[in-house]
Amino acid sequence: MESVGSIIMYLVIALSIIVFSVLTVTTRKILRSATYLLFTLFATAALYFKLDYEFLGAVQIAVYAGGIVVLFVFSILLTSHPGHSSERLVSRRRVLGIIAAVATFIIAGYALLSRCTAMFASLPEMENPTMHKIGETLMGTGIGQYLLPFEAISVLLLACIIGGVAVARKR
Amino acid sequence: MDISMIYYIVPSLIMFCCGIYGFVTRKNMIAMLISLELMLNAVDINFVVFNRYLFPGQLEGMFFTLFAIAIAAAETALAIAIIINLFRGSKNIDATEINKLKD
Repeated sequence: MESVGSIIMYLVIALSIIVFSVLTVTTRKILRSATYLLFTLFATAALYFKLDYEFLGAVQIAVYAGGIVVLFVFSILLTSHPGHSSERLVSRRRVLGIIAAVATFIIAGYALLSRCTAMFASLPEMENPTMHKIGETLMGTGIGQYLLPFEAISVLLLACIIGGVAVARKR
Repeated sequence: MDISMIYYIVPSLIMFCCGIYGFVTRKNMIAMLISLELMLNAVDINFVVFNRYLFPGQLEGMFFTLFAIAIAAAETALAIAIIINLFRGSKNIDATEINKLKD
Protein backbone atom coordinates (compact mmCIF):
# COMPACT_ATOMS: atom_id res chain seq x y z
CA MET A 1 0.00 0.00 0.00
CA GLU A 2 1.49 3.28 -1.09
CA SER A 3 1.06 6.57 0.73
CA VAL A 4 -1.08 9.31 -0.80
CA GLY A 5 1.93 11.56 -1.41
CA SER A 6 3.68 8.82 -3.32
CA ILE A 7 0.65 8.29 -5.55
CA ILE A 8 0.31 12.02 -6.22
CA MET A 9 4.01 12.20 -7.10
CA TYR A 10 3.62 9.22 -9.43
CA LEU A 11 0.65 10.87 -11.17
CA VAL A 12 2.55 14.13 -11.70
CA ILE A 13 5.57 12.29 -13.12
CA ALA A 14 3.56 10.03 -15.42
CA LEU A 15 1.34 12.84 -16.71
CA SER A 16 4.31 15.09 -17.42
CA ILE A 17 6.15 12.29 -19.23
CA ILE A 18 3.13 11.60 -21.46
CA VAL A 19 2.14 15.22 -22.13
CA PHE A 20 5.63 16.53 -22.79
CA SER A 21 6.67 13.64 -25.02
CA VAL A 22 3.53 14.09 -27.14
CA LEU A 23 4.25 17.84 -27.35
CA THR A 24 7.88 17.14 -28.31
CA VAL A 25 6.87 15.41 -31.52
CA THR A 26 3.79 17.48 -32.40
CA THR A 27 4.91 21.08 -31.89
CA ARG A 28 5.78 23.02 -35.03
CA LYS A 29 8.70 25.13 -33.80
CA ILE A 30 11.91 23.15 -33.43
CA LEU A 31 13.27 25.17 -30.50
CA ARG A 32 10.07 24.46 -28.54
CA SER A 33 10.51 20.80 -29.35
CA ALA A 34 13.95 20.86 -27.71
CA THR A 35 12.49 22.61 -24.64
CA TYR A 36 9.76 19.98 -24.27
CA LEU A 37 12.45 17.30 -24.61
CA LEU A 38 14.21 18.93 -21.66
CA PHE A 39 11.02 18.69 -19.56
CA THR A 40 10.59 15.04 -20.56
CA LEU A 41 14.15 14.29 -19.45
CA PHE A 42 13.55 16.05 -16.12
CA ALA A 43 10.43 13.97 -15.56
CA THR A 44 12.46 10.83 -16.31
CA ALA A 45 15.06 11.89 -13.76
CA ALA A 46 12.27 12.40 -11.21
CA LEU A 47 11.08 8.88 -11.96
CA TYR A 48 14.58 7.52 -11.27
CA PHE A 49 14.61 9.42 -7.96
CA LYS A 50 11.22 7.96 -7.09
CA LEU A 51 12.49 4.43 -7.77
CA ASP A 52 15.38 5.01 -5.29
CA TYR A 53 18.17 5.28 -7.88
CA GLU A 54 19.50 8.69 -6.82
CA PHE A 55 22.83 8.35 -8.61
CA LEU A 56 21.14 7.52 -11.90
CA GLY A 57 18.79 10.51 -11.57
CA ALA A 58 21.75 12.81 -10.98
CA VAL A 59 23.55 11.37 -14.01
CA GLN A 60 20.41 11.81 -16.10
CA ILE A 61 20.14 15.49 -15.15
CA ALA A 62 23.87 16.17 -15.58
CA VAL A 63 24.40 14.40 -18.89
CA TYR A 64 21.05 14.73 -20.66
CA ALA A 65 19.66 18.00 -19.35
CA GLY A 66 23.05 19.63 -18.91
CA GLY A 67 24.87 18.30 -21.95
CA ILE A 68 22.70 16.97 -24.71
CA VAL A 69 19.89 19.56 -24.61
CA VAL A 70 22.42 22.42 -24.65
CA LEU A 71 24.04 20.76 -27.67
CA PHE A 72 20.62 20.54 -29.35
CA VAL A 73 19.82 24.20 -28.66
CA PHE A 74 23.19 25.35 -30.01
CA SER A 75 22.89 23.28 -33.17
CA ILE A 76 19.29 24.46 -33.74
CA LEU A 77 20.40 28.08 -33.46
CA LEU A 78 23.32 27.38 -35.81
CA THR A 79 21.22 25.71 -38.50
CA SER A 80 17.85 27.46 -38.58
CA HIS A 81 16.38 30.93 -38.36
CA PRO A 82 14.85 31.86 -35.00
CA GLY A 83 11.09 31.40 -34.95
CA HIS A 84 11.27 29.28 -38.05
CA SER A 85 8.59 26.60 -37.97
CA SER A 86 8.99 23.38 -39.84
CA GLU A 87 6.95 23.05 -42.99
CA ARG A 88 3.53 21.46 -42.92
CA LEU A 89 3.80 17.71 -42.95
CA VAL A 90 2.66 15.80 -45.98
CA SER A 91 -0.51 13.96 -44.97
CA ARG A 92 0.67 10.60 -46.26
CA ARG A 93 3.69 10.63 -43.95
CA ARG A 94 1.57 11.68 -40.99
CA VAL A 95 -0.75 8.71 -41.60
CA LEU A 96 2.31 6.46 -41.95
CA GLY A 97 3.68 7.74 -38.65
CA ILE A 98 0.39 7.24 -36.81
CA ILE A 99 0.09 3.71 -38.21
CA ALA A 100 3.65 2.82 -37.12
CA ALA A 101 3.16 4.27 -33.62
CA VAL A 102 -0.23 2.63 -33.04
CA ALA A 103 1.01 -0.73 -34.34
CA THR A 104 3.96 -0.58 -31.95
CA PHE A 105 1.63 0.38 -29.11
CA ILE A 106 -0.73 -2.53 -29.79
CA ILE A 107 2.00 -5.15 -30.21
CA ALA A 108 3.98 -4.05 -27.15
CA GLY A 109 0.81 -3.60 -25.07
CA TYR A 110 -0.31 -7.12 -25.94
CA ALA A 111 3.11 -8.48 -24.99
CA LEU A 112 2.88 -6.59 -21.67
CA LEU A 113 -0.62 -7.78 -20.80
CA SER A 114 0.15 -11.40 -21.64
CA ARG A 115 2.78 -11.32 -18.85
CA CYS A 116 0.33 -9.97 -16.29
CA THR A 117 1.55 -11.87 -13.20
CA ALA A 118 4.91 -10.09 -13.20
CA MET A 119 3.34 -6.81 -14.32
CA PHE A 120 1.09 -6.42 -11.27
CA ALA A 121 3.58 -7.36 -8.56
CA SER A 122 3.94 -4.69 -5.88
CA LEU A 123 7.16 -2.80 -5.23
CA PRO A 124 9.69 -4.97 -3.36
CA GLU A 125 11.75 -3.53 -0.53
CA MET A 126 15.23 -2.35 -1.46
CA GLU A 127 17.99 -0.40 0.24
CA ASN A 128 19.22 2.50 -1.85
CA PRO A 129 22.49 1.54 -3.55
CA THR A 130 25.15 3.45 -1.62
CA MET A 131 27.87 5.43 -3.38
CA HIS A 132 30.40 2.94 -1.96
CA LYS A 133 28.64 0.00 -3.59
CA ILE A 134 28.22 1.81 -6.91
CA GLY A 135 31.91 2.72 -6.95
CA GLU A 136 32.99 -0.84 -6.18
CA THR A 137 30.70 -2.20 -8.89
CA LEU A 138 32.01 0.30 -11.42
CA MET A 139 35.70 -0.25 -10.64
CA GLY A 140 35.90 -3.96 -9.80
CA THR A 141 37.04 -6.75 -12.08
CA GLY A 142 35.04 -9.60 -10.54
CA ILE A 143 31.74 -11.17 -11.60
CA GLY A 144 29.02 -8.53 -11.93
CA GLN A 145 31.53 -5.67 -11.87
CA TYR A 146 32.12 -3.32 -14.74
CA LEU A 147 35.71 -2.09 -15.14
CA LEU A 148 36.03 -3.30 -18.75
CA PRO A 149 32.88 -1.56 -20.10
CA PHE A 150 33.92 1.56 -18.20
CA GLU A 151 37.27 1.64 -19.99
CA ALA A 152 35.61 0.84 -23.32
CA ILE A 153 33.25 3.79 -22.82
CA SER A 154 36.17 6.10 -22.10
CA VAL A 155 37.91 5.01 -25.33
CA LEU A 156 34.61 5.47 -27.21
CA LEU A 157 34.23 9.01 -25.86
CA LEU A 158 37.81 9.84 -26.89
CA ALA A 159 37.17 8.50 -30.40
CA CYS A 160 33.93 10.49 -30.52
CA ILE A 161 35.70 13.72 -29.55
CA ILE A 162 38.36 13.22 -32.22
CA GLY A 163 35.73 12.26 -34.79
CA GLY A 164 33.59 15.29 -33.95
CA VAL A 165 36.53 17.67 -34.34
CA ALA A 166 37.63 15.99 -37.58
CA VAL A 167 34.13 16.13 -39.09
CA ALA A 168 33.18 19.66 -38.05
CA ARG A 169 36.42 21.59 -38.59
CA LYS A 170 36.66 24.14 -41.38
CA ARG A 171 38.78 23.20 -44.38
CA MET B 1 -3.59 1.36 -4.56
CA ASP B 2 -0.29 -0.30 -5.27
CA ILE B 3 1.91 1.28 -7.91
CA SER B 4 2.95 -1.85 -9.77
CA MET B 5 5.31 -2.27 -12.70
CA ILE B 6 2.79 -1.64 -15.47
CA TYR B 7 2.13 1.89 -14.20
CA TYR B 8 5.71 2.78 -15.10
CA ILE B 9 5.93 0.73 -18.30
CA VAL B 10 2.90 2.34 -19.96
CA PRO B 11 4.22 5.97 -19.90
CA SER B 12 7.51 4.64 -21.24
CA LEU B 13 5.64 2.80 -24.03
CA ILE B 14 3.75 5.99 -24.93
CA MET B 15 7.07 7.87 -25.00
CA PHE B 16 8.53 5.25 -27.36
CA CYS B 17 5.51 5.50 -29.69
CA CYS B 18 5.85 9.30 -29.74
CA GLY B 19 9.48 8.81 -30.74
CA ILE B 20 8.47 6.53 -33.61
CA TYR B 21 5.81 8.99 -34.81
CA GLY B 22 8.27 11.87 -34.70
CA PHE B 23 11.00 9.92 -36.46
CA VAL B 24 8.68 9.01 -39.35
CA THR B 25 6.98 12.39 -39.79
CA ARG B 26 9.69 14.99 -39.09
CA LYS B 27 11.79 16.28 -41.96
CA ASN B 28 14.33 18.40 -40.10
CA MET B 29 17.31 16.20 -39.16
CA ILE B 30 17.68 17.69 -35.67
CA ALA B 31 14.00 17.01 -34.97
CA MET B 32 14.56 13.41 -36.05
CA LEU B 33 17.49 13.23 -33.63
CA ILE B 34 15.27 14.57 -30.83
CA SER B 35 12.74 11.79 -31.54
CA LEU B 36 15.59 9.27 -31.40
CA GLU B 37 16.54 10.60 -27.95
CA LEU B 38 12.94 10.05 -26.81
CA MET B 39 13.10 6.41 -27.89
CA LEU B 40 16.45 5.85 -26.15
CA ASN B 41 15.09 7.43 -22.99
CA ALA B 42 12.02 5.15 -23.00
CA VAL B 43 14.28 2.10 -23.23
CA ASP B 44 16.37 3.40 -20.30
CA ILE B 45 13.21 3.71 -18.18
CA ASN B 46 12.33 0.10 -18.98
CA PHE B 47 15.75 -1.15 -17.86
CA VAL B 48 15.52 0.70 -14.55
CA VAL B 49 11.94 -0.39 -13.82
CA PHE B 50 12.62 -4.06 -14.57
CA ASN B 51 15.73 -3.93 -12.40
CA ARG B 52 13.85 -2.31 -9.52
CA TYR B 53 10.84 -4.63 -9.53
CA LEU B 54 12.25 -8.01 -10.58
CA PHE B 55 15.81 -7.94 -9.18
CA PRO B 56 15.91 -5.47 -6.27
CA GLY B 57 19.33 -5.09 -4.70
CA GLN B 58 21.20 -5.92 -7.90
CA LEU B 59 22.65 -3.21 -10.10
CA GLU B 60 22.69 -4.69 -13.64
CA GLY B 61 19.86 -2.61 -15.09
CA MET B 62 21.12 0.55 -13.49
CA PHE B 63 24.60 0.12 -14.94
CA PHE B 64 23.22 -0.76 -18.36
CA THR B 65 21.28 2.53 -18.25
CA LEU B 66 24.40 4.39 -17.15
CA PHE B 67 26.38 3.10 -20.13
CA ALA B 68 23.44 3.68 -22.48
CA ILE B 69 23.31 7.34 -21.37
CA ALA B 70 27.04 7.73 -22.07
CA ILE B 71 26.73 6.14 -25.52
CA ALA B 72 23.68 8.30 -26.32
CA ALA B 73 25.70 11.41 -25.47
CA ALA B 74 28.56 10.33 -27.75
CA GLU B 75 26.16 9.47 -30.57
CA THR B 76 24.33 12.79 -30.32
CA ALA B 77 27.56 14.80 -30.36
CA LEU B 78 28.82 13.02 -33.46
CA ALA B 79 25.46 13.26 -35.26
CA ILE B 80 25.26 16.99 -34.58
CA ALA B 81 28.80 17.45 -35.90
CA ILE B 82 27.77 15.69 -39.12
CA ILE B 83 24.55 17.75 -39.40
CA ILE B 84 26.41 21.04 -38.96
CA ASN B 85 28.93 19.96 -41.59
CA LEU B 86 26.07 19.13 -43.97
CA PHE B 87 24.47 22.52 -43.29
CA ARG B 88 27.73 24.27 -44.12
CA GLY B 89 27.76 22.57 -47.52
CA SER B 90 24.15 22.89 -48.63
CA LYS B 91 22.49 25.44 -46.27
CA ASN B 92 19.72 22.94 -45.65
CA ILE B 93 19.13 20.06 -43.23
CA ASP B 94 15.91 18.69 -44.68
CA ALA B 95 16.18 14.91 -44.73
CA THR B 96 13.98 14.58 -47.82
CA GLU B 97 16.16 16.83 -49.96
CA ILE B 98 19.71 15.96 -48.98
CA ASN B 99 21.02 13.11 -51.07
CA LYS B 100 24.79 13.39 -50.77
CA LEU B 101 27.07 13.79 -47.79
CA LYS B 102 29.87 15.63 -49.58
CA ASP B 103 29.44 18.48 -52.00
